Amino acid sequence: MITWIRGGNLVDPVKGTVEQVDVIVENGKISRMLPPGVFQEEGPGISRIEASGRMVVPGLIDMHVHLREPGHEYKETIASGARAAAAGGYTAIACMPNTAPPNDCRAVTEFILEQAGRAGWVRVYPIAAISKGQAGETLTDFGELKAAGAVGVSDDGFPVVNSELMRRALEYASFYGLRVISHCEDRGLSGNGVMHEGVVSTRIGLAGIPDASEDIMVYREIALSRLTGRPVHIAHVSTAGSVDLIRRAKKKGIRVTAETAPHYFTLDHRRVIGYDTLAKVNPPLRSPEDVEAIKAGLREGVIDAIATDHAPHSSLEKEVEFDRAAFGMIGLQTALPLTLQLVRDRVLGLAEAIGKLSWAGATILGVPGGRLVEGGNADLAVIDLDYEYPFEADRILSKSKNSPFIGEVLKGIAELTMVGGKVVWEKR
Amino acid sequence: MVAQYERPSCLIEGKGVFFEESAVTKFEHKDLLGMGPLSVPEINLILDTAESLKAISARDIKKVPTLRGKSVVNFFYEPSTRTRISFDVAAKQLSADTLSLSATTSSMVKGETLLDTARNLQAMRPDLIVLRHPSSGAPHMLAKEVEAGIINAGDGINEHPTQALLDLYTIREKLGRIHGVKVVIIGDISHSRVARSNIIGLTKMGAEVTVSGPPTMMPVGIESLGVRVTPDPAQAVQGKDVVMLLRIQLERQSKVLFPSMREYASFFGLTTEMLQGANEGAIVMHPGPLNRGVEITPEVADGPYSVILDQVANGVAVRMAVLYLLIGGAKGDNVDQGR
Repeated sequence: MITWIRGGNLVDPVKGTVEQVDVIVENGKISRMLPPGVFQEEGPGISRIEASGRMVVPGLIDMHVHLREPGHEYKETIASGARAAAAGGYTAIACMPNTAPPNDCRAVTEFILEQAGRAGWVRVYPIAAISKGQAGETLTDFGELKAAGAVGVSDDGFPVVNSELMRRALEYASFYGLRVISHCEDRGLSGNGVMHEGVVSTRIGLAGIPDASEDIMVYREIALSRLTGRPVHIAHVSTAGSVDLIRRAKKKGIRVTAETAPHYFTLDHRRVIGYDTLAKVNPPLRSPEDVEAIKAGLREGVIDAIATDHAPHSSLEKEVEFDRAAFGMIGLQTALPLTLQLVRDRVLGLAEAIGKLSWAGATILGVPGGRLVEGGNADLAVIDLDYEYPFEADRILSKSKNSPFIGEVLKGIAELTMVGGKVVWEKR
Repeated sequence: MVAQYERPSCLIEGKGVFFEESAVTKFEHKDLLGMGPLSVPEINLILDTAESLKAISARDIKKVPTLRGKSVVNFFYEPSTRTRISFDVAAKQLSADTLSLSATTSSMVKGETLLDTARNLQAMRPDLIVLRHPSSGAPHMLAKEVEAGIINAGDGINEHPTQALLDLYTIREKLGRIHGVKVVIIGDISHSRVARSNIIGLTKMGAEVTVSGPPTMMPVGIESLGVRVTPDPAQAVQGKDVVMLLRIQLERQSKVLFPSMREYASFFGLTTEMLQGANEGAIVMHPGPLNRGVEITPEVADGPYSVILDQVANGVAVRMAVLYLLIGGAKGDNVDQGR
């Protein structure tokens, strides 16, 4: 059985090229990549996917999602999250450990992988906890977790307070090739804050989370990375201060990588006016100046990756008073169009943008994919850059509908997503 | 829901017209959520209406039938004596039926969400819900969900618009104007809904506002609201017409914001001495309840500058005005009909 993806423009984030190529898929792998017109075979064994006028891109890889299973299946399951990912053009997602119980032991990692296998849809890579119970006290069994299938460690959402523990995590994780991912937040400084501390929080009377709450921890992780010589990855960068710190660290050759999420380059704290809990997220939507700094960070390569921080919450957590509402927003089906806006705004080139959504995550986590090559997995997406549509709730495949982009007109969509040669998603 | 306002021309016998011909006579809001959405003419309309209504409290029979058949729910998620009673008296003097709910008597203690409680209340079709809630934005959320008008009686650290309105009323009553009046607000500006509403209302009405207090209690970018910051209270009081104090709330502040009540009192408490620098005829205001000996010395609280009890009295009149403007004024009505 051969699948012939015909006439599409193939985006290669490594070479930075966009060129017309026919992609031939056999046995789940890309067997050949040919200039148009070369491949002419026809017959019952060949199925054809017309991609002319479309972009054929490496399957997107999201290095930061919350799938809520086990424990909070009413918000999302591994299956529903993986399906939303497929619809968003993703072929692989890495899920954070803050489930109930948290992914801090082999049994939970194996359970996640089993559920993901059952669900199909996309590849799921578990990220395990740094500390047992995400309590910040003792390290989890990194070796055993790695053997079970974990690709990284993070206490996402419960930042490691003890710097010595973080240091040991960086050192110990490097032995197993596990990337340490840090949610940078000084919880003491964040206090009871619910939005960015600034003129808007002052005006509408909500407790603020200062930008320094993030910057302080970003600096600590950079210092520990320098001290240990081990790599560290900074999750969801939201402040101009963080961008500046990471820029300087990279110049000095410190092994720091970073991601941001689409909402941090699309929305700012003014979106919270009116107390819309859909705009409540941690780190919070920052000032317009921060948004510009994030874009600059992406353009300069200071920020390596775009991840969603897909965080499903049901109406139980969101249809409540603003300060009682949960932090977080979903993002798997909006990341691609929002990132393509950066291309239209000339912040990023197309190949660069796709690279931040795919190749970057693959290299940082050390997982396959992120680039389409002969002999590689046929994990890819066919993208229509020009398709415009109102993003309505009924389009959302995630179990939770907590998106601040509902009602917005988005441009760009995954028409088809293929994982291991199998079409897992087709836009109707 | 649009309340149409007719000038209450026969409110006080012997006095006719209270409004200039150019003044607005309509109040087209469903809710009163904050000072932000109010225009200057609308604020003037509320104050003028309050002035007309204030006389009712002075009568032998303190009741007019204006809101007969209307129902007002006082829904207080936070303890409150003054505001709650003030709204209750205001509604009763206008003959509205009132119903009081508190966090302890409502189903909230049984785990019901604010929205569910509100939807249940809505099913009983009240005309107005007066909400006091510890979360900023709670009345805004409610206003989107229910048909009844919502009056924000204090939401978290956001706003307390009827307090600002009664303060504006008191300033106008005592000083004859608001425009150009120099006001200083002293205390925890960060966590005070009274400060926030007053800053918005006073600057809108053309007053010059200075805020003062420990730097730990000063929100970032407060200047963006059009105020000046003078941390030293003695200096801040200089040349002011109005000194407005805020209650220092132990229950809201952790010890991080100030080390002790004693230290606050000795550096930020308002004394008679400090008032020497204020303008002639300056007034001292406080939203209550007082912490005597903390933000204000007893001498000042009970002294000639103090208009604290006038504020309380004016609170009833201003709240009557707000109730009336939101749900009272069907065309052709006037406040004193049937008397």
